Amino acid sequence: MGATTMAKALNAALADALADDDRVLVFGEDVGRLGGVFRITDGLQARFGDKRCFDTPLAEAGIVGFAVGLAMSGLRPVVEMQFDAFAYPAFEQIASHVAKLRNRTRGALSVPMVIRVPYAGGIGGVEHHCDSSEAYYAHTPGLKVVTPATVADAYSLLREAIADPDPVVFMEPKKLYFSSAEADLPARTEPFGRAVVRRPGRDATLVAYGPAVPVALEAAEAARDEGWDLEVVDVRTIVPFDDATVAASVRRTGRCVVISEAQGFAGVGAEIAARVQERCFHALHAPVLRVSGLDIPYPAPMLEHTHLPGVDRVLDTVARLQWDDQPDPRWVAA
Amino acid sequence: MTTTPQAVRRASPRTRPAAKKAAKAAKAPAPEPATDPSAVLLPQAEPVRLIEADGTPLPARADYPEPPVEALRELYRRMVVGRRFDTQATALTKQGRLAVYPSSRGQEACQVGGVLAVRDTDWVFPTYRESMALVSRGIDPVEVLTLLRGDWHCGYDPTAVHTAPQCTPLATQCVHAAGLAYGETHQGRDTVALVYIGDGATSEGDFHEGVNFAAVFKAPVVYFVQNNKYAISVPLSRQTAAPSLAYKGVGYGVPSEQVDGNDPVAVLAVLTRAVAHARAGHGPFLVEAHTYRMEPHTNADDATRYRDGAEVDTWRDRDPIARLEAYLRARGALDDAAVAAVAEEAEAYAADLRQRMNAQPEVHPLSLFDHVYAEPTPQLVEQREMVRAELAAAAEEDGH
Repeated sequence: MGATTMAKALNAALADALADDDRVLVFGEDVGRLGGVFRITDGLQARFGDKRCFDTPLAEAGIVGFAVGLAMSGLRPVVEMQFDAFAYPAFEQIASHVAKLRNRTRGALSVPMVIRVPYAGGIGGVEHHCDSSEAYYAHTPGLKVVTPATVADAYSLLREAIADPDPVVFMEPKKLYFSSAEADLPARTEPFGRAVVRRPGRDATLVAYGPAVPVALEAAEAARDEGWDLEVVDVRTIVPFDDATVAASVRRTGRCVVISEAQGFAGVGAEIAARVQERCFHALHAPVLRVSGLDIPYPAPMLEHTHLPGVDRVLDTVARLQWDDQPDPRWVAA
Repeated sequence: MTTTPQAVRRASPRTRPAAKKAAKAAKAPAPEPATDPSAVLLPQAEPVRLIEADGTPLPARADYPEPPVEALRELYRRMVVGRRFDTQATALTKQGRLAVYPSSRGQEACQVGGVLAVRDTDWVFPTYRESMALVSRGIDPVEVLTLLRGDWHCGYDPTAVHTAPQCTPLATQCVHAAGLAYGETHQGRDTVALVYIGDGATSEGDFHEGVNFAAVFKAPVVYFVQNNKYAISVPLSRQTAAPSLAYKGVGYGVPSEQVDGNDPVAVLAVLTRAVAHARAGHGPFLVEAHTYRMEPHTNADDATRYRDGAEVDTWRDRDPIARLEAYLRARGALDDAAVAAVAEEAEAYAADLRQRMNAQPEVHPLSLFDHVYAEPTPQLVEQREMVRAELAAAAEEDGH
């Protein structure tokens, strides 16, 4: 047991996968000698050689399309998109081929691969470096979409993603890369499709994923001062989604706030809120509320603080969960 | 292969004043025309042609030796059967048996030439217009037409026939081929990937990314552009300002050639050379074939809105099948009996296809959920249960 960071856990997961399976190849932009702009692939080329970990031309559609062909030949590509917004050129490859090849061929041809996407903000990045793009992938049938919030999950979920028979978009919250925790690697945590209760509570459930999980936990701590005992559920795998764990929690608490860093409109948070409402209507004492980023293009660094859902916004929203059994004044017609 | 500036150029000074100037400036004598096409990047100024439109042979050339006569007879046989298949498929759209069919009539030399240039263990990456190439490769025509009949997407098992699903998003398969070919090399196999694409698709980013990746990773890929002059209605002049599409290889360090796509002998000769280049470990090769789409884009298109009949007629005179037949007859490699036998085989092939396509395919709504993931998600299990209940209810209603 020792303290390590999410970045180091991801690096260890890649190294262990490369060591365990000759079919695994790691490639992308700057992942070779440099070790990636976030150093997630640090040392892999030196250890495994440039046939196993290598740089490519600077072309994201090319990287993902190349991975499709490698997977067709029986290999296990793990590609890095350098930043969330720079993955958009690859979207056609992802939506039309990566996600669909199994289905198009009635299962004859599958393309297991991992597309790693450092995503979301909170790091003072300039434009095009901080998008929360998970909804685009989650909206695409055929893809699994995974996002760790803890150091141990980073290792375990990435190992599982590389071993998975389906393509996985692995969303890495940039602002958590250098978060540190005690973790015994190689860690194995709950499998895909399982959400986890990170903090038990009785009064309301905060559902969060990726970069929003630490915010939810901090808010739950702070809520104790207000007299609220909040439960926090970490979604972990957006696809496949664990309706059972989320709904069981909300049935226990009777109240729910869904927290996502992404802009809210038509997002993953909206989907979760709808699913909770469908399953828990008769257990709910208040409407399911959402806390999200604003519906704006990701702001410039000096303004991102206002955009990002923080503890105060979460607590303000929790306060609106009709604790006095009165309608939310916000929704009452004048 | 070298990529020195001297090696890059191979042009007659008459057609390349700039190249002439460059050669002068370097004070080097103009190099002799190279005999090894791998040694140069630029295509020849004129498309390679080995027989005239009327079948008259042109002088033999060292760079592209004529394929053996047995290969040419096989090429002829498959082109005739391929055209008959194509005609039958168009007829099936009129009978409502196919949702749509993009014909490759007129492109038989390319459709079949590509297939004959590769091995069964090589991989072919076709587009939606390559149905003829796929049946020529020996894939069951009913499986080839599954996509266009509409009972599923890809009807054949790509891993069994080493043929990717017919690609509808343009040029995206260019990158897949680079990855597959590199992956095969990485695993010690000498597989070559042959990519069919059209003139319009060379404008797509994935064409450039594919050729570039293949070049950088020295992946054994042959990019085979069938320039049939139209992307639906848009003429070649709106796709490129390049002297010809084969010139696109030079920017990526990829040797390239252009060929008369209606000269079956030249198509097979050039592709054979290109495949050998790739298999020998020299990296990708780009071939542009100048051909013509005799039919509209699909049966749903009206080509009279964008091209006139006189243009189509000039290409009718360059028919690849008549051309090869005339050549083989003159060589004594084909006679009336052989021609009749091939025609009979083609008719039997079409009759069999017609009969099999007349059967209404069975579709199973619950199979919609089978191949989204290796295992269905809980959400898909729920939706499958919903559809199952809907179907059961509908069946019960029908029963009353």
